[in-house]
Amino acid sequence: MTLLRLADVRKRFGTAEVLRGVDLAVDAGQVVCLIGASGSGKSTLLRCTNLLETVDDGVVELAGRDITDPRVDANAVRREIGMVFQAYNLFPHLSVLDNVCLAPRRLRRLSKGEAQDRARELLARFGLADKAQAYPDSLSGGQQQRAALVRALAMSPTLLLLDEITSALDPELVGEVLDAIRALRTDGMTVVMATHEMAFARDVADRVAFLHDGRVLEEGPAAQVLADPAHERTGVFLRRFRAG
Amino acid sequence: MTETSWTPSARQRERDTFRRRQSSRRTAVALGSTVLVLGLLAYVVLSSPGWPRVRDAYFDWSEAKSVLPLVLRGFEVNVRLFLAAEVTILIVALLVAFVRVLPFAGLAPLKVLAVVYTDVSRGTPTLLVVYLVGFGLPALRLQGVPSSLFWLAVTALTFSYGGYVAEVLRAGIISVHPSQWASGRSLGLSYTQTMRSVVLPQALRRVLPPLVNDFASLQKDTALVSVIGVVEALRQAQIRSARDFNFTPYVVAAVGFILLTIPFARLTDWLSLRMTRRDQGAA
Repeated sequence: MTLLRLADVRKRFGTAEVLRGVDLAVDAGQVVCLIGASGSGKSTLLRCTNLLETVDDGVVELAGRDITDPRVDANAVRREIGMVFQAYNLFPHLSVLDNVCLAPRRLRRLSKGEAQDRARELLARFGLADKAQAYPDSLSGGQQQRAALVRALAMSPTLLLLDEITSALDPELVGEVLDAIRALRTDGMTVVMATHEMAFARDVADRVAFLHDGRVLEEGPAAQVLADPAHERTGVFLRRFRAG
Repeated sequence: MTETSWTPSARQRERDTFRRRQSSRRTAVALGSTVLVLGLLAYVVLSSPGWPRVRDAYFDWSEAKSVLPLVLRGFEVNVRLFLAAEVTILIVALLVAFVRVLPFAGLAPLKVLAVVYTDVSRGTPTLLVVYLVGFGLPALRLQGVPSSLFWLAVTALTFSYGGYVAEVLRAGIISVHPSQWASGRSLGLSYTQTMRSVVLPQALRRVLPPLVNDFASLQKDTALVSVIGVVEALRQAQIRSARDFNFTPYVVAAVGFILLTIPFARLTDWLSLRMTRRDQGAA
C-alpha cells in the first residue's frame, strides 16, 4: 500500500528552483533513503512533506489524501507525521521527559501520568532511561538526537521524516542513532530519511532515491541503486562520495 | 537550468484562487471588525451626556491653535532633556552592567555598590528623585555640582533610569551563549575585547526592544521635571490652562508626547526586523 506519494512537486525560493518536479512513492513499512549532493533538494522535499513549506505546484498525498490542498488542516496532518532535524531542535527549556510529553499531552490529551509512562517506556527503549530528567544541553549529540527521535515517536506517527539526523554527530555516535532507526524498521515504521550514510542505506533501506537538481533522477531497491546505478549521474555522485 | 518557470497546473491554479479568496475574506473581516469597534467607541463617547461640556473644555480648536506655539517651545526642552539623558543613562547603565558581570574578584566592593544602586534607583519613584536631586543637590553647595535646572533634571532622570537600563543590558550580556565567549577568547582576544567586539553587539541586538521601551518611558517622564521649575511642554500647558480655565492645552501636550515617541518606535521596528532577517539568513 502506498502511504506517501509525491507527484510533480515544485518549490522555489525566490529565483532558486529547489524542487523541479519531484515524483516519489513510499509504501507503508518501507525505509526510503534520499541521497544526493547538498542543495539537491532533500531537506526541502522533507519540509514540503511535513507542510513546513508550501509547495508551488504538484501533490503530496498521505494515505491517498492530498495534504497540499489549502483546505487541509496542516496541524492535523503534522500530528501524523514525525520529523527529526539535523540540529536536534530539542526545546532547551524543557527536560527530556517534558520534551517528549509536550505534544502527546497537548494534542492527544493524555494525562500527565499516561504521557510520562509512555515517554519513559520509549526513552528506555532507546537507551535514555536515566536521562529523563536531564536537560538537552547536558546530553551528548547522540543522546540528544535519540531524544528527538523519541519525541517524534511519542505522537505515534504513521510516517517518520528524518533530515540528515546523523550529519552533526561524531562518527562514534552515529552508530547509536542508526541502530535506533534499525529498530524502528523492525517495528514496521515507514521512514523517509535524507542521509549521507551510504553503508547504512545499503544495509537498512528498502529503497534509495537519488535527487539531482531538484528531481528524483533514479529510484529503486537500495542494493541496486547503490551498487549498480542505472543513471550516469548517480554513479558520479557515489564515486565522488566514496573518494571524499 | 534552462527551465526557469513552468505553467501552473489546473490544480495549482485552483489552490491559488482559493488562497486569494481566503485572504481577501480575512482582510474584509479584519477591516469590518476594526471599523465596527472604532465606530462603537466613538458613538459611546459622542453620545454621552457630558460630551458637549467635555468637548468645550478639552477639545477647543481655537484654544489649541493659540497654545500650540507655546507648547512646541516647551517640547524643545523635553527633546533636549531626553537626548541628553539618553546618553548619560547609557553610559551609567553600561558601567553598572559591566561591573555586575565582570568576573574579577577585586571588583567586589564595586559590585555591591552597583547592586545597591540598581535597587535604590529602581525602587524610588522618579518624581521623588526629581524633588530630591532638584532641591537637595544644590543645597549641598558642592563644587562642580551642576547648578542649572536643566542639568539637575538630567541628573535626576539618569539616576532613575540608569538602574532599569543597566539591568536590561546585563540580561542581554548574560543571554549570549558561553560558546561565544569561548570563540572570542580562543582567537586570542582579551576579556574586554571579546566583550566589546563579540558579546556586546549581540547583546544589544537582543535587548533593543526593551531598551526602546525604557527610552519611550523616559520621553514621557521628562514631563516630571516640571515640578522643579523646568518650563517644558507640560509646564507650558499648565500655565496656559490655568490662565484660560480650559484643559485643551493638556490635550495638545498629550498629542505632542505621543507624536514624539512614534518615529522612534517605527525606527526600532524597522531595525529589529532587519536584524531578525539577517540573523535568520533570509534575503
